[in-house]
Amino acid sequence: MEITKKSNDITGTIFINIVRIVFFAMIFLLFLVLANIFIEGIGIISVEFIFDSPRNNMMEGGIGPAIFGTLAVTFIMVLFAVPLGVFAAIYLNEYARDTFLTRVIRTSVNNLAGVPSIVFGLFGLGFFILFIGKGIDEVLETGLLFGQPCLLWASSTLAVLVLPIVIVSTLEALNSVPKSHRDASYGLGATKWQTIKNVVLPQARPGILTGTILAISRGAGETAPVLFLGAAFFLPNLPVADLCIGDYCITMINPAEQFMYLAYHIFILATQSSNPTVTLPIQYGATLVLITLTFLLNITAIIFRYRFRKVIGKI
Amino acid sequence: MNELNTETRTKTEVEELPPFEMKAVSNFGKKISLATRVREKVIHYFFAVNGLMALVFITLIFIFLFKEGFRALEHIGLLDFIYFDRTDINDSVSRVFEWYPTSTEERYSLIPLIIGSLLTAIPATIISTIIGVAVGIYLAEIANPKAREFLKPAIELFAGIPTVVLGFLMLVVGATLLDDFLDPTNRLNAFLAALGLSFVIIPIIASLTEDSLHSIPDDLRMASYGLGATKWQTISRVILPAGFSGVSASIILGFGRAIGETMIVLMAAGNAANLTTDIFMSVRTMTATIAAEMGEVSHGSDHYFALFFIGIVLFTITFILNLAAEVIINKMRKKNTF
Repeated sequence: MEITKKSNDITGTIFINIVRIVFFAMIFLLFLVLANIFIEGIGIISVEFIFDSPRNNMMEGGIGPAIFGTLAVTFIMVLFAVPLGVFAAIYLNEYARDTFLTRVIRTSVNNLAGVPSIVFGLFGLGFFILFIGKGIDEVLETGLLFGQPCLLWASSTLAVLVLPIVIVSTLEALNSVPKSHRDASYGLGATKWQTIKNVVLPQARPGILTGTILAISRGAGETAPVLFLGAAFFLPNLPVADLCIGDYCITMINPAEQFMYLAYHIFILATQSSNPTVTLPIQYGATLVLITLTFLLNITAIIFRYRFRKVIGKI
Repeated sequence: MNELNTETRTKTEVEELPPFEMKAVSNFGKKISLATRVREKVIHYFFAVNGLMALVFITLIFIFLFKEGFRALEHIGLLDFIYFDRTDINDSVSRVFEWYPTSTEERYSLIPLIIGSLLTAIPATIISTIIGVAVGIYLAEIANPKAREFLKPAIELFAGIPTVVLGFLMLVVGATLLDDFLDPTNRLNAFLAALGLSFVIIPIIASLTEDSLHSIPDDLRMASYGLGATKWQTISRVILPAGFSGVSASIILGFGRAIGETMIVLMAAGNAANLTTDIFMSVRTMTATIAAEMGEVSHGSDHYFALFFIGIVLFTITFILNLAAEVIINKMRKKNTF
């Protein structure tokens, strides 16, 4: 018996090397894509570009309002999506038993994640704007205030879109908290809610944060749903309003206004502006900013998750 | 042994607890105050309501999509979504498949749009399957475990590139390159869009393939090596067949994603509703049609309802694909207990 016989599987070696080459070609291609964006975009990046408004029919100036709009929309989106998603995950993991209903809920969460983003746009238009918004307008008699595309409904729609991301990461985080910790808490006489609040949630916090970060990065990069939910080509003013209580005024995001959106800005400059070649540096600059934003968020999420798994692995 | 006993005991005890009530006396014979019991129950229902919200939202999407979309049938009719009989001057009738909702003679055939969607999604899925599965195999079987630690997140990172960025690159870089090398019929065409879509779908297929191959127990690999198989023989005859359902589920999910993707096809496919099988011609997909026309259409017009009807078609296709993938994955989980 020759156990130490050297293999002479030539076709096998060839195939393995093909797979290896495909993999590294892929990585190289992705690297080229990033390098292209970086090299073409870095030239225009400056403090003025980040903070200024577009000028001269979009051909000069910066992308300040688009960045502000993106931050405003994702901020409100997080306010809606994270509590809802985290609570839903707590219910599914901590309270619900494996019944037909919970299985239906889990399936619908998975399916919600697979619905095309443009369909979320249709949903936002049909439900939030024409049903809820028009409904509010009729009840409050505010004329046409909420029954039109605006920041609030774009955020709400994106919140529904990222809901599965928040739920799935929170579920994973809750699931990884060992059962023995819960039992120890019950053994000390804690109730279910006390156990969740004092034992489970503190340990799951990094996982929940990971989900939130991933949701923000997804929301900031989505373009299709905001196309007809209030993203604007150009707005002279930021979507803010002064909220006054007595004499004391603070500037707040105004959810009833339209907004500029970084991802939409790239799309509109590249396809529908009067002169796409002149604005090409601006397009690359905006792309670089958007991709830096999403990459930083995603890398943070990956590092968080990696550390979280390491800590949980030790327990 | 002792540990095992306590574990089984607590398990049975927990399961004996009634699902929606808190007992007035705890397992340790201690009284639980009414206030605590009420509070716990309120919190329980609060979370239950939140849990139901996911279900509510998917139902609402369903309801509002179908409510608006089916009103299209009142005015347009199901057959008009397939063809239009045009009467010419000399009374001869020709059957046309065209999407021209804004002309005076409105034509609402979805055939060119569906063909456009398939003509971008199918090539994208084929390209992505070849590359994505190879990348998945490399990550799961060939790369050394230390390298995998950062290669897999790197691949997942690329799944996070906003699609508008890929559409933009296809428009400014990809189109010129394709024009130079392949001399396509139209500068912006279905193949260009398919290439752009591949960037999105390769990470999906690669990541899910890696997951399913990684979950195959090492015993199978060892048994194969023990029989004298080489690495490639193990991969091609043991690992891939064992992970087949997982890989096919990832391809189905990738295809669903390709059908539903909007920005890349909107920017790179050319947006002309051609009835063609030429992959190098401009096409218009279902998603791009909604995205391009919904902004201009007046609410309540036939055209508006027709766009919602396209939404129904899209929703149904992706829903079925997702459900199929989930069924396959669930079956695999049951079977793969080994």
